[in-house]
Amino acid sequence: MEKEVMSSLKMEGNILCSASSFIRKCIFGVLRVGAIPNHIAFIMDGNRRYAKKQKLSHDGAAGGGGRYDAGFWALMVMLLYCQELGVKYITAYAFSIDNFKRKPEEVESLMTSMLEKFHLLDILVKRLAVRVHFAGNLELLSNELRASAMELTEATAAYSKSVLTICIAYTSRDEILHAVRESCEQKRIGLEFGNDDDDEIKLMKVEKNMYMAVAPDPDIIIRTGGENRLSNFLLWQSCWSHLHSMRVLWPEIGVWNLVFAILNFQRNKTYYLEMKKKEKEL
Amino acid sequence: MPFSLHFSPTPLITAPSPLSKPFFLVPYYHTLHAPKSPLCSSMEHALTHQGKQEAFDLRPEDSQTLPLGLRRDAMPSHVAVIMDGNRRWARLRDLPVRSGYEAGVESLRKIVEICCKWGIKVLSVFAFSSDNWFRPKVEVEFLMSLFERGMQEDTGIFFRENIRISVIGDLTKLPKALQELMVNLEEATKNNTRFQLIVAVSYSGHYDVVQACQRLALKAKCGLIEPSDINVSLMEQELETNCTEFPHPDLLIRTSGEFRISNFMLWQLAYTELFFAQSLWPDFGEAEFLKALLAFQQRQRRYGV
Repeated sequence: MEKEVMSSLKMEGNILCSASSFIRKCIFGVLRVGAIPNHIAFIMDGNRRYAKKQKLSHDGAAGGGGRYDAGFWALMVMLLYCQELGVKYITAYAFSIDNFKRKPEEVESLMTSMLEKFHLLDILVKRLAVRVHFAGNLELLSNELRASAMELTEATAAYSKSVLTICIAYTSRDEILHAVRESCEQKRIGLEFGNDDDDEIKLMKVEKNMYMAVAPDPDIIIRTGGENRLSNFLLWQSCWSHLHSMRVLWPEIGVWNLVFAILNFQRNKTYYLEMKKKEKEL
Repeated sequence: MPFSLHFSPTPLITAPSPLSKPFFLVPYYHTLHAPKSPLCSSMEHALTHQGKQEAFDLRPEDSQTLPLGLRRDAMPSHVAVIMDGNRRWARLRDLPVRSGYEAGVESLRKIVEICCKWGIKVLSVFAFSSDNWFRPKVEVEFLMSLFERGMQEDTGIFFRENIRISVIGDLTKLPKALQELMVNLEEATKNNTRFQLIVAVSYSGHYDVVQACQRLALKAKCGLIEPSDINVSLMEQELETNCTEFPHPDLLIRTSGEFRISNFMLWQLAYTELFFAQSLWPDFGEAEFLKALLAFQQRQRRYGV
């Protein structure tokens, strides 16, 4: 995965492509005849099972690479492919608030891994002109991790080619509660200043206060690892999303998995757009 | 979703497969709790004038045998269903759309009966979404009349079988008579404990969260709570699923091969196992339901841990 990302970046602008890259571009060209989703969200499940398969420990001793390294490169590969396809928004469920309940050494390993990857992520997203946004209750993270996240967000704020949202210390219920609290607080402030021009809190007001307000609702939610549930991810935003579950573990996801998910989306696109339009009218 | 629990003199649909026998029939008639409006006369007529009747299985759940492979200890407490495919079912058979809805009612009856037999405590059904108001007026009016008729006819059964009915959704958009009927039925069956059927009418997950937010904002306005106090518990008290002991579905089944939630119970589905069935809702029977439950029982639910 790592080699694939690095070679793709080096090949950028070069008229000579490797055979697989050429074939991929042809396939993507065919896909682009149909509708390309504007926003794809990934539930990156299967990292622990992959690590067990590869016999990787928490500190990444055996097998080469840390326990979550392969997962990181899989995300970078998907980011690259999505950008090539013309998918503007990519969201990845990196760490749930529920994951804090895991064993402390596992949580620490994950946090350390994330911190180590920031420098590399910084280089890659700047090369690809990707704006990075972190969605979640960042107060739950360590100061160092939170500071790195804020720094990367600010450093990439000007980019507009694509938007990568990394959900960290996130659950959808926490996001909804946050939005509800903000809406109630804004309503109260409005009242105190006699600015009560709207008697009700409406759907759009709640939506504006969501962590995910930077991106439109996902067209597809892809979950790897074979499970068929949302696990408290984008509950509010997923109402019309095409849900695609695949057995492949997250670090093993490849171009064909993505192609198949998009083909499935293209079959159902008309209905999805119709429903979105009707909800806005309501 | 309404039930028609007795044969009408003229069959309501002309589908090739016959309308099912009335279900929930028992060979005797009890004095019922009197509901606020007279709802049971047609039921009484049906019970006293039926020929051969199939009794509903009244044995306690523990003594009933489950199909092979299904474990009683791993049964979901709350199953939610998106009953999709009624119109497609009718179109495939060159039947009017209303036939699809009637067939859907039959399917729902079967599933409710199976839930009662197999020990599932709550069944939520997505009968009519907020978005369905955009459907043709004739179709919407038919659905409203179907709800009304079904609820009127089946009240006796709900009492007899100790079934609690709850209705969630924005009922203010419904015809007044139907609103009254639903409210009365909810009130009259609220002490029934064997099984709960939650019918989502004019409902959406977004609507549920927004109305909960509005109620919380009102409480904040009155000084009862601070916005910063709003937590999971307070939120769940205001959601429409506060009518049940099991507000979070363990399993969501969507029929007709679509892979979407379609704005149903978004908050409540956080950890729900999703099962997408290929068959259309009127064709979804015991075999398919068993498949869904078996799949559910195979799943490992980790809740993020």
